[in-house]
Amino acid sequence: MIIATNVTKQFGKLKALDNVSLSFNKGQCISLTGPNGSGKTTLIKCLLGMVVPDNGFITFNQQNILHHWQYRSAIGYMPQIGRYPENMTIAQVFDMMKDIRKSKSVLDEELIQHFKLHEIADKKMRTLSGGTRQKVSAALAFLFNPEVLILDEPTAGLDPLSTETLKDKIRQEKEKGKLILITSHILSDLDDLVTEVIYMQEGALRFHKSLEQLKQDTGQTQLSRAIAQVMKTN
Amino acid sequence: MKKIIKYVILDILKNKIMIAYMVFLLAISLTMFNLEDNSAKGLLSLLNLVLILVPLVSIVFATIYVYNSSEFIELLVSQPLKRVNIWLSIFCGLAASCSLAFLIGCGLPVLLYAPTVSGLMMIGMGLLITIIFISIALLASVLTRDKAKGIGISLLLWFYFTLLFDGIILFLLFQFMDYPMETPMIIFSSLNPIDLARIMILLQMDISALMGATSAVFKEFFGTGFGIVLSVTVLMLWIAGPLWWSVRKFRKKDL
Repeated sequence: MIIATNVTKQFGKLKALDNVSLSFNKGQCISLTGPNGSGKTTLIKCLLGMVVPDNGFITFNQQNILHHWQYRSAIGYMPQIGRYPENMTIAQVFDMMKDIRKSKSVLDEELIQHFKLHEIADKKMRTLSGGTRQKVSAALAFLFNPEVLILDEPTAGLDPLSTETLKDKIRQEKEKGKLILITSHILSDLDDLVTEVIYMQEGALRFHKSLEQLKQDTGQTQLSRAIAQVMKTN
Repeated sequence: MKKIIKYVILDILKNKIMIAYMVFLLAISLTMFNLEDNSAKGLLSLLNLVLILVPLVSIVFATIYVYNSSEFIELLVSQPLKRVNIWLSIFCGLAASCSLAFLIGCGLPVLLYAPTVSGLMMIGMGLLITIIFISIALLASVLTRDKAKGIGISLLLWFYFTLLFDGIILFLLFQFMDYPMETPMIIFSSLNPIDLARIMILLQMDISALMGATSAVFKEFFGTGFGIVLSVTVLMLWIAGPLWWSVRKFRKKDL
């Protein structure tokens, strides 16, 4: 569904992405892991067209994303740090997004209900705590029933109850056969969700394996331990 | 695109600075016209203020606005929208609200007190100057990520166009006093939209006769229909040029 070919991105002297080639398919739930600063967020931003690669290209359903911006209507994106117009209320942000997307599919407002966002709909974005912001980001990512979900550190800053709610939601969407891409450092959160693991280091792709394969190769039964072992041996 | 323009205009109206700017312009214009018993004199005093104030407010406000809406831009870029459209919508929203503020603040009093050709010319030139400086502001803000640097660039550009440029022209005039400078002056003046606008307005007023020999040449050139069309075209280029460059930059910008 999404294919990245030889994607390279340099920020000044820092090579954020170094010749990364990857493919993501429908029905997969992929965990994108790696140490801090390994280029995970840059890769995600390249997929979304927020960062333009210096070299290489990315296709979405065989169409180069550089020329076909419409593909973004099939993606729900939850950023690591959600930045929203500060003087808009939660309700206004949701209304604006609905207005701009003018999507024909049925809206999925389940997370808005679960996170009780309608009760604080009149609050301005600038007054929100980090966790509440995350809830808004999550609700927005799922709102338009996208085929692809890209979640950058979805559980960071969420309380345990909300984390569970979000995980349930992700699981539910995965069963619908959607492509889900998650980056997270809290690997225990991902254990029962993930089908594939991508490991990146210093901007380069180290491996892309199925979870079963990774567990076999490292001899570990838990994702967090398997990754820890990979990081140690590197 | 219409929707984004709508959100930009709503956002600008909400922060009320544009309304304050409009009231301020209205107050200045009414004062100028009421202080002078002759409306042509009032128009002249107003002209000098407008040519300094309007570019300053347009460029500084637009630059700060673009930096402050970085969150908004980031949010839109990840949505199914074309980057060029996002950028042009911001430009249109800014241009529409600043022009409206100018039209009500300055255009209305001019129409009431001095509804002459020179008055109409001043309204037209004021609008063009507003849009030109918004276009320059967008370029300044897309060139650098640093907000302080971006606003600094905008202020320096304003300094250059309102003060420095005239200084350079005077310097050149004195250096080449022995040569006929009339034709080069016409070319030089098109390098600065503010000067061009000033010449266009002054030539519609009677006082242009006081400007000496250069004025005669100017009148011969800019006073004709061809000259007016050409200057308006040059001013349009001053809008399109920086805007086109900023669009090119924004398309490749990492957010």
